[in-house]
Amino acid sequence: MKSLSEIDTTSKRACKAAGYSWGIAEEVGKNIRLLEMFGLPGIKNLNDYFKKKKQKRFESLNLINKENKAIKLEFCPIITGTSFLDQAKALENLNEIYFEKIAYPLLFLPFVSRASEIIGKRIFIKLDDKEFLLNFNNNIYSNFLSNNIVENAETISIKFLNNADSFDKKEWEELYRLSEDTFVEESDSLKETGAGAGLTDND
Amino acid sequence: MNVELRDPNIVMKLSRLGSFHQSKLSFLRSFLKEFKDWEYKRDLFELNENGYGTAVYSFKKSTRVYSLICYANELNENERSDRVIATKWDAAFVLHDGVPTKQDIERLRNEVPKQEVGRLSYKELTLSRANKSVRAFNHVVESLSKGNQPDIELLSKVGYLYRTTAVYGSGKFGLADRFRIKNREEIYGPFRLEMMLVYLVRQFTFDQANHVAKNKNPRKAVSLDVEICRNLGIGNSTGLGMAPFIVNHPTLLNNWIVAKEIALKTIREIKDVKTEDSDLFKVYLKKSIKNITSWNTDSEYQQKKIKSLLEDINKFIQFIEKDFDFLKEFAFNNIYLWAEENLGEECIEYIISIMMEPYDDIVNPLINQMSSEEEKYFNIPTDRTIGELREILEKKYSEIIKIDFSKKENYQNFWFISKNKEEPRMADRFKENGSELEQPLAIARDIKKLYEVISVSKNSSTIDKFLLNNNDLRHVVRRAFIVEKFPYSEIQDNTIGQSIIPIDMLRLKLSFFGALKFDPRSDKWLRICMFQGAPLPHELKNYNPYWVYNSLN
Repeated sequence: MKSLSEIDTTSKRACKAAGYSWGIAEEVGKNIRLLEMFGLPGIKNLNDYFKKKKQKRFESLNLINKENKAIKLEFCPIITGTSFLDQAKALENLNEIYFEKIAYPLLFLPFVSRASEIIGKRIFIKLDDKEFLLNFNNNIYSNFLSNNIVENAETISIKFLNNADSFDKKEWEELYRLSEDTFVEESDSLKETGAGAGLTDND
Repeated sequence: MNVELRDPNIVMKLSRLGSFHQSKLSFLRSFLKEFKDWEYKRDLFELNENGYGTAVYSFKKSTRVYSLICYANELNENERSDRVIATKWDAAFVLHDGVPTKQDIERLRNEVPKQEVGRLSYKELTLSRANKSVRAFNHVVESLSKGNQPDIELLSKVGYLYRTTAVYGSGKFGLADRFRIKNREEIYGPFRLEMMLVYLVRQFTFDQANHVAKNKNPRKAVSLDVEICRNLGIGNSTGLGMAPFIVNHPTLLNNWIVAKEIALKTIREIKDVKTEDSDLFKVYLKKSIKNITSWNTDSEYQQKKIKSLLEDINKFIQFIEKDFDFLKEFAFNNIYLWAEENLGEECIEYIISIMMEPYDDIVNPLINQMSSEEEKYFNIPTDRTIGELREILEKKYSEIIKIDFSKKENYQNFWFISKNKEEPRMADRFKENGSELEQPLAIARDIKKLYEVISVSKNSSTIDKFLLNNNDLRHVVRRAFIVEKFPYSEIQDNTIGQSIIPIDMLRLKLSFFGALKFDPRSDKWLRICMFQGAPLPHELKNYNPYWVYNSLN
């Protein structure tokens, strides 16, 4: 089994060799490490993407808007991802973002996952029918459990989720009441010796 | 009195970093301190009469066990090489997490001797190989088998029976990634498991020599005297592989240096130095001279440094004995200021190391802060402005941005990864091919380029917008924001200039390891000795923490 350190280093070097700058290659090294750690097929997709990249000239998306459509070929997942990561704080205000055609979209995923950590919000991303909930770059929930190469996604939607409870008030109160059963009723004499007790606070 | 931390523009210059010495902060000393209460055992020793076979050594505390598995093999003389291109060694070693099963030992027997082309698993932590110092090893075996102890003078010239030629960890060749083990308290300090491997290998070398001597002449053979063992260490041949490490791990580098700088600052701020502490300082200063006078090297460069160090130390001893009063306030601050005024870099850093000796209370809390969570600082804060970036560059790289990179001599060299051994190398870009595949280690040149580009950019513009068109500078934008928080994370020098001495970078790292007697064999590799004078494993429970200065050699 390859270690994550080997995965990081080799992906970084391969990315540089594929024509990206060292700075972007560093990002990709970290990303493939993340994908593999989360159990997603990073190496497989990266390797295939670099092979395809020799034959096709994928589009670079630098400035990301609410709606982003590739004109001829699919967007490059690495340049699009780098832009997304760099612009994450501004993009958060758009709430939802749409893309048409991203090549090898699994390679785009870790950039968005890292953006989730940077802005402190969960992000829901849909790559055609594949759904991913990105939890602050700590883990990824998904209905995609395959180890396959995903060559492209036609429609990609990204939703920044507001930080909110996943339960209602009643459910919380019920659980809280149960937790109160671990508390002990304090006697009057103990109350008189608690912090701040017996003093005037107007001195 | 508040003493400022030293200026990174002084400390982080290569000539200064290349003058660092071992200290109480060094990893091999802190390793011994951490593991002194662990139970040491030799679990297996199955060598044939010539010393070839398998051995296992372990350290254990409650449920945690670390086991060194040693594979000693026969090696023809013409196959023995310390170079990284070697494919066979006298012995190969792996540190296993836990107690290895028979299957583990067999599995690893097929992999460990192959080193870089073998495959390890997440159950293995560090990997190494070593070659005999044939002249020292054979002399020891010969003497012991005749019932005599070896010639101490010969041994003191070498200093070890074996030298390692590489020690690998942190995920190399399938070894466990650091994230799997980083929460273990006993390995909070950096390179603990690499130090453990080297330390246990040292014991193996003594056991193997004793075993071969005994088999050679069972009736007459004697064991190697414990005192002689203690004064032998493990040699190490180190090449350029180490140099990029300190560039590629900026926050880690910072945490090593900052620990030293905080220790120095705190010691300089002591108002009244206790007599027992000043006495201890003076005692070990004088004792340490033996480590300098027994420092053998054929390198003219190092010989000059040793000569000037010795002259400076003598000058310094004269000063503290004749003209200096430790009863005056802030004595160590006065010493430091005098040293900066009167001594060379090599001696200044030497004195700083010895200044730490009396102060466990200052040094010990710093040891556990010498690791780094590097991932935390990886993301570029892209909402910051060009104006802020410019300020960082002008403040943190003030010397670097003065370098004129249009002059050939300032970009003469380039760093690359060799194809045949995947090792870092440095070459003259005007004589050798391959500079188009240069590694991103020319930080000074790229920072200067970044500075030039942002000087024509709008101050109010944000980094995300800047990167839209300047991703070729992304790696140095990242570094600039790291150095803003970690002032000692960057070498404040040109690593590709004509006059660079790469071994300065190696020396920096090796001094933090705790190496002694740096012996440059060229400007690109050197030999060192580790654990010379250190207690033996069975002595760890009660050992002299100043063992570094007690070496007989």
